[in-house]
Amino acid sequence: MTDPVVTMTAISKSFPGVRALDGVDFRLLPGEVHALMGENGAGKSTLIKVLTGVYGIDAGIVTLGGEQVAFTGPMQAAAAGVSTVYQEINLLPNLSVAENVFIGREPRRFGAVRWGEMRRQARALLARLDLSIDVAAPLSTYSLAVQQMIAIARAIDVQARVLILDEPTSSLDATEVTQLFKIMSQLRDDGIAILFVTHFLDQVYRIADRITVLRNGRLVGEYLTTDLPQLALIEKMIGKELDVLERIEEQQPKRTARQGGTPFLQATELGRKRSVEPFSLTIHQGEVVGLAGLLGSGRTEVARLLFGADRADHGQVTVDGKPAALRTPAAAIGHDIAFSSENRRTEGLVGELTVRENIILAMQAARGWLRPIPRRRQDELVARYVQALGIRPTDPEIPVRNLSGGNQQKVLLARWLITEPRLLILDEPTRGIDIGAKAEIQKLVVQLSDGGMAVLFVSAELEEVLRLSHNVAVMRDRQLVTELVNDQDLDADKVMQAIASGSREVTA
Amino acid sequence: MSTTWRGRWAVATAHPLFWPVIALIAMLVANTIYRPSFLSIEMRNGHLYGSLIDIVRLSAPLMIVALGMTLVIATGGIDLSVGSVCAIGGAIACLYISKQPDQNSVVGVLTALTLAFGLALVLGAWNGVLVAVIGIQPIIATLILMVAGRGLAQLITEGQIITINSSPYRMIGAGQLLTLPFAIFIAVAVALVIAAATRRTALGMIIESVGGNAEASRLSGIRSSRIIFLVYVVSAACAVVAGFMMTANVSSADGNNAGLWVELDAILAVVIGGTSLAGGRFSLAGTVLGALIIQTLTTSVYAMNITPQTSLLFKAVVVIAVCLIQAPAFRAKFGLLRRRRRPGPPPAAVAADPRKEEVPAT
Repeated sequence: MTDPVVTMTAISKSFPGVRALDGVDFRLLPGEVHALMGENGAGKSTLIKVLTGVYGIDAGIVTLGGEQVAFTGPMQAAAAGVSTVYQEINLLPNLSVAENVFIGREPRRFGAVRWGEMRRQARALLARLDLSIDVAAPLSTYSLAVQQMIAIARAIDVQARVLILDEPTSSLDATEVTQLFKIMSQLRDDGIAILFVTHFLDQVYRIADRITVLRNGRLVGEYLTTDLPQLALIEKMIGKELDVLERIEEQQPKRTARQGGTPFLQATELGRKRSVEPFSLTIHQGEVVGLAGLLGSGRTEVARLLFGADRADHGQVTVDGKPAALRTPAAAIGHDIAFSSENRRTEGLVGELTVRENIILAMQAARGWLRPIPRRRQDELVARYVQALGIRPTDPEIPVRNLSGGNQQKVLLARWLITEPRLLILDEPTRGIDIGAKAEIQKLVVQLSDGGMAVLFVSAELEEVLRLSHNVAVMRDRQLVTELVNDQDLDADKVMQAIASGSREVTA
Repeated sequence: MSTTWRGRWAVATAHPLFWPVIALIAMLVANTIYRPSFLSIEMRNGHLYGSLIDIVRLSAPLMIVALGMTLVIATGGIDLSVGSVCAIGGAIACLYISKQPDQNSVVGVLTALTLAFGLALVLGAWNGVLVAVIGIQPIIATLILMVAGRGLAQLITEGQIITINSSPYRMIGAGQLLTLPFAIFIAVAVALVIAAATRRTALGMIIESVGGNAEASRLSGIRSSRIIFLVYVVSAACAVVAGFMMTANVSSADGNNAGLWVELDAILAVVIGGTSLAGGRFSLAGTVLGALIIQTLTTSVYAMNITPQTSLLFKAVVVIAVCLIQAPAFRAKFGLLRRRRRPGPPPAAVAADPRKEEVPAT
């Protein structure tokens, strides 16, 4: 067996109020894809940030190529051959693609950046990933998926010995995932050690050679992928009997359609130029409408229009049968509409505020600043939702940025649930979070709609949409192409077909 | 050294106001060593006198401007126009009083104050509209009034220094109440009002939310532009009160020099107090401390007979030191040093700073 390129021994790391890693051992061999698995808050992201020097460690030893190292930051780690692509894309949207790829190590002559050379190299590098785009255009002109590929391009360009991919697939569609895996295999064959973090179990079994499982900041074990069946892996991740999985199974696979009565919200030919074509959509009380479609098909744009996050320039909306002007989020909230954004870091949470403050933010905003929510009431509400949603850690007075992704998502949900909305718009609420939390959120959606709340559920995962929705609206190329009733006959294939063909006739 | 002692030290140093407090104490100690009578306070004619009282009195206008600035900076903005607003407010008030037949009339003075205050609100609203409605970057938007406002102040005074002889107006800047300078009461009152308005209501949290993540705040239903508009109005209101103090202290309004560069000292006070220029969390107590530190520094410069040529340099060195000890990166290195040297008494390490600061003074 070859010597490991990275070994981490007895690593411990604490944050205020959180013990993120507790004596964790980890090793990474050259020429392997090694999956790091665990629930939210298990310590995966922390372990990676310790390895790349984003965080210092409280105890333990890290070696790279046999020598002890203590990187002081990602730049130094990258220079030593440890490159990272993070879960949240860490690129600069207002710089060009080429600048993003080469930032910090631009090709220079006499100190001046050689722009032409930089663009040429960037094009060559992206061609390796089968990506042919204008490298001089600002990054923000490209979709999240393309941005992800660019982040990977940047990471593999440095002479990497270790490539860390933290949730690289959470914003990619199936073709792009295949594309990424091709590149990963190629890099593995070149002898690069790849550390791969994902919540998609099937992807682990498609690409990973070995698996290390963490739970609550501790090491559970290291296994060959072939030795560890999927169910056993889940058991090790959640550390309890399979009740979580059973809970998912228990949920009725089909939900009886619920229609009739005045619709809660009715959008007629609502649209916005260069964002989404005019569409019509009706949502009743207690109804879950799923919004399916590929990445960039306009799902998020529909959600934002209905919440007033973007201003519609076409069409009308009625709420309870009366015309409603949803020009701003504040106006939509006034009509009891809530919106949980897919970008929880940039559009959801205020990182430096505490968990408590983040949870009460929307309710406080609706009351106006002159009428503060009494502190006792705040504590009561927050405690109730921290408990109900299982937010970890339970201390509501720590800054929300110290929480893991799944727990941040729950904080965002709690923010809206305490406002008791009548329509809850959820944009990718389960993106990048673990199976346990995902099941809890799905269960919650069912409970809420049974309680009479209308839900617009936006997700890239068709199974999830089908499991929860009464109706499925299908988006394609920024158009709402069809709306399907989720009856006995509807399955993922049919939705897929509707997405692919994009015409009403086929599905009729 | 017991672990609890160390633990307590760690907790204390982690407090955001720890280093500003240490800096202030260090400066007071340095002054006392130089001139032992520095700390003494005596009663004369029913008024308290002493260097400490002077420092608090003289820092009052800066403190008031800086408190308003704190809220602006917490939203991620900045207000460069406060100095000009001081000058305009002072000029209007003095001009009105100078035209009165009886300059000592309380009603006349109150009318003057109301007029000037109202105009300041309009000026604040101007800044607020430029930033919150039109969306101009705050540093540019307020630069407009910073430059134009000086001109406006000189237009009001017609390029002259307006001198008045009004004892009610003089009270604001140089009066005494209950043995203490009246200005101190005004500063304390402004601090309490702002503290109550931000921390007794949800305004403080909402300002921090807007400064921390404006888009997330908007999507939570916060009307961010209203909040941003509001903080510029509050900032101008604070500035005009400080302007009254400055002009009342000398019983004259000088459109050219009243409140000159106070915006820079105010920004400095806010930063020393631990509020980030990037917006988000703010500390009013920190700002008050920051203003006291700056005034103590100015007083020290005079007390120690530092030549005017070197005094600015001296100030700069102290400010750099204060900012450095607050910087996490610097503290990390500093902390490493301390750990290597083992449990040397940490306050000694801190006291090293003022000694360093004295170098350019000698």
